[in-house]
Amino acid sequence: MNFPLIPEQASTFAPNVDLMFYALTAFVGLFTIGITGVVIFLGIKYKAEPGRKSVHMESMKLELLWTVIPAIIALGIFVWGAIIYFDYQNIPENTLDINVIGKQWMWKIQHGNGKREVNELHVPVNKAVKLTMTSQDVIHDFYIPAFRVKQDVLPAKYTEMWFEATKVGTYPVFCAEYCGTQHSTMDGIVVVMEQDDYQEWLQGGPPVTPAQAGETIFQQMGCITCHDAGAASRGPILNGVFGREVALRGGETVVADEEYIRESIMTPSAKIADGYAPLMPTFPNLDEEDILNIIAYIKSLSDEQQ
Amino acid sequence: MANDVVQGPDFPERDYARPEVNYLNWKQTVSSWLLSQDHKRIGIMYLVSISIFFVVGGLFAIMFRLELLTPEGDLLQADTYNKFFTLHGVVMIFFFLIPSIPAVLGNFLIPLMIGAKDVAFPKLNLASWYIFMVGGTIGVIIILVGGVDTGWTFYTPLSTSYSNTHVFLAAMLVFITGFSSILTGLNFLVTIHKMRAPGMTWFRLPLFIWAHYATSVIQVLGTPVVAITVFLVGVERIWGVGIFDPALGGDPVLFQHMFWFYSHPAVYIMILPGMGVISEVIACFSRNRVFGYEFVAFSSVAIAIIGFLVWGHHMYVSGQAMYSNLVFSLLTMLVAVPSAIKMFNWTSTLYRGNVVWETPMIYAIGFIGLFAIGGGTGLFLGATGMDVPLHDTYFVVSHFHYVMVGGMVMAYLAGIHFYWPKITGKMYSQPIAKLCAVLVFVGFNCTFFPQFLVGWLGMPRRYHSYHPDFQVLNVMSTLGASILGIGFVIPVFYLGWSLFYGKDAGSNPWGARGLEWEVCTSPPDPHNFHEIPVVTKEAYAYTGEETLSV
Repeated sequence: MNFPLIPEQASTFAPNVDLMFYALTAFVGLFTIGITGVVIFLGIKYKAEPGRKSVHMESMKLELLWTVIPAIIALGIFVWGAIIYFDYQNIPENTLDINVIGKQWMWKIQHGNGKREVNELHVPVNKAVKLTMTSQDVIHDFYIPAFRVKQDVLPAKYTEMWFEATKVGTYPVFCAEYCGTQHSTMDGIVVVMEQDDYQEWLQGGPPVTPAQAGETIFQQMGCITCHDAGAASRGPILNGVFGREVALRGGETVVADEEYIRESIMTPSAKIADGYAPLMPTFPNLDEEDILNIIAYIKSLSDEQQ
Repeated sequence: MANDVVQGPDFPERDYARPEVNYLNWKQTVSSWLLSQDHKRIGIMYLVSISIFFVVGGLFAIMFRLELLTPEGDLLQADTYNKFFTLHGVVMIFFFLIPSIPAVLGNFLIPLMIGAKDVAFPKLNLASWYIFMVGGTIGVIIILVGGVDTGWTFYTPLSTSYSNTHVFLAAMLVFITGFSSILTGLNFLVTIHKMRAPGMTWFRLPLFIWAHYATSVIQVLGTPVVAITVFLVGVERIWGVGIFDPALGGDPVLFQHMFWFYSHPAVYIMILPGMGVISEVIACFSRNRVFGYEFVAFSSVAIAIIGFLVWGHHMYVSGQAMYSNLVFSLLTMLVAVPSAIKMFNWTSTLYRGNVVWETPMIYAIGFIGLFAIGGGTGLFLGATGMDVPLHDTYFVVSHFHYVMVGGMVMAYLAGIHFYWPKITGKMYSQPIAKLCAVLVFVGFNCTFFPQFLVGWLGMPRRYHSYHPDFQVLNVMSTLGASILGIGFVIPVFYLGWSLFYGKDAGSNPWGARGLEWEVCTSPPDPHNFHEIPVVTKEAYAYTGEETLSV
């Protein structure tokens, strides 16, 4: 029977996080033993004796000391935690981008070239990977203990998480946010491969990339009829729009990122591009995968321009 | 049985007289209990009801601890398991932890401690109990008609759009029970402000009162927010009004903000009264005035205030903005300081005292050890980067059980054992009770310490089945839980025994200071005091007037 006590370290985060964990463990352990020890020691040393009077003590110095020192220690822990947290938040440039869709009760993974998998995530070793995640229904949470990473996966919103695996192997993935009946079986594996092996594995994918799939949807749904480069188009032209600032009716501007494009598809009336009428219908039948594909297509329109 | 009564140095002559007429026997009809406006009888009614709820909540825990003996989900079905941990949480939080010390010991003791004949609004006090029982009845109905499976946190949109269990009833339960808590808090606030005996100035109040004052402020200000929140959950669920479900145009994370705005301060509703009890017990059994009285008193107030500003630390990985997370983290670290101040002051109270190792003191020392771990692991979870891997794992489960059971329940048991002779006029067997206190301490650690380890390994909470690597630690936890369960059952027997066969305790068996011990009989008179006492001394006047300042 397996009986591990220490989690495996398989990402660049793990050693830093673990150092803090074990340091805090030592600190809290010593504090607990210390204060309990002192209480028991005093309890024995000053065990009640008939005839001896208790002496009540006050000490402003001590009060200040044990207000200020714990405050300094707590601030130190705050800073240490924040330093690690910045690492989690600071997504490097040139990541390998993978999409993750959570739904009751499975994980759907979509690689950049269109390769898809369910409850398995293949990634190359020593390469920063960014996951863009959303949920089809309730809130889930993508958690890879061996990488020490965890991020809630929300419906109608994209959350991001990054990591760099450091050790080839297979590690469990869990859903950490309670999501209904089969929550505990919403698990999977992440397979960390040598970079060459990963490239080879990736080639086995389908011929259709997300951008191509998005283009198909774009035409099928008739988006093209309004968002057309031709004369008097009723909707904004989408070539090159991704990542750019868009002027909105009312004078505000917004950066056209994934979140904005998703909102424009699902709730077109929320933000109207300046100079256009609010004509666009909603598309309730699109699922999260379709939307991600359309976003990939719109992104590709920008790439072509550059 | 001579050992049953503490012998120590400087305290008044023992008084064995059990009053002929006391609040327990002066009227014997059923309606004299159910319609009683006597804060002491209402306290007893709460004691009986929350004890029953504690057993119900505990039974759910036994069932899912048994399920967790094996990695496969074999004993319970997934839905049943999910309902059991939900009901365990709902029952334990709303029907045991929140009312436990305030509604039982607070009700019983606040008027006695401040020299009043009752609380400010006795009828409202009775109404609180009835509202509480209406909430409890809804709880029983929920269990009978099939339960609820959202977790006690009711996260949206799972609770509003996806769960097909009795979420609406559960929302009603939280809404209604909340009013019991609000009214109790209001009653205590007015009582402490307006009903203090002549001479009972704010700085002569026992620290138990300060702790309850701080708790009541949170109850009055915080509970309406959770009532509004669950009301909105009900509205969205029944009428489909889009508030939290993004499919309807709502925001699921808004729910988390509103929910934790109450539910984090609620943690302090649960622990502050326990800290009040610990101050009383440590002072009495050290025969010493609490070291740094003002610091302990104001740290309760500080916890109540800062506690309102830290709710976002439950949401570091919810998609909340990075700088929000950092601010919440900083404030969370600050709230640790007043708790540390209390710990150091309690410890120093023993210095140059006369320590008497009786049962309540053993529970209080157990509290210090377990609360140190519970509070200390809170530092892990409050630090943003450290929380990322630990969030929503068993590490969190273990952390809050160390605070809630290791802290709060130990303090509650300390309080029950301390005030039992006052409440019933009877003394229980000390050797058995001490042994049981050690059993609870050991059983508790065996149950919850392995959960820290399995959480660090990566086991998420609320898992019906789990990865085989986690099994050994889960088996250890379940074995520990059986020890803890036995430790919780034994007091029912020896305390019950004491009611019929126990020796009369006398008015002040511990040699404690305070109006409730020095002026009231055991059990107290129906009206507490024949004449309102005039207070001329500070609290915890164990050492006379002299104080050594260093």
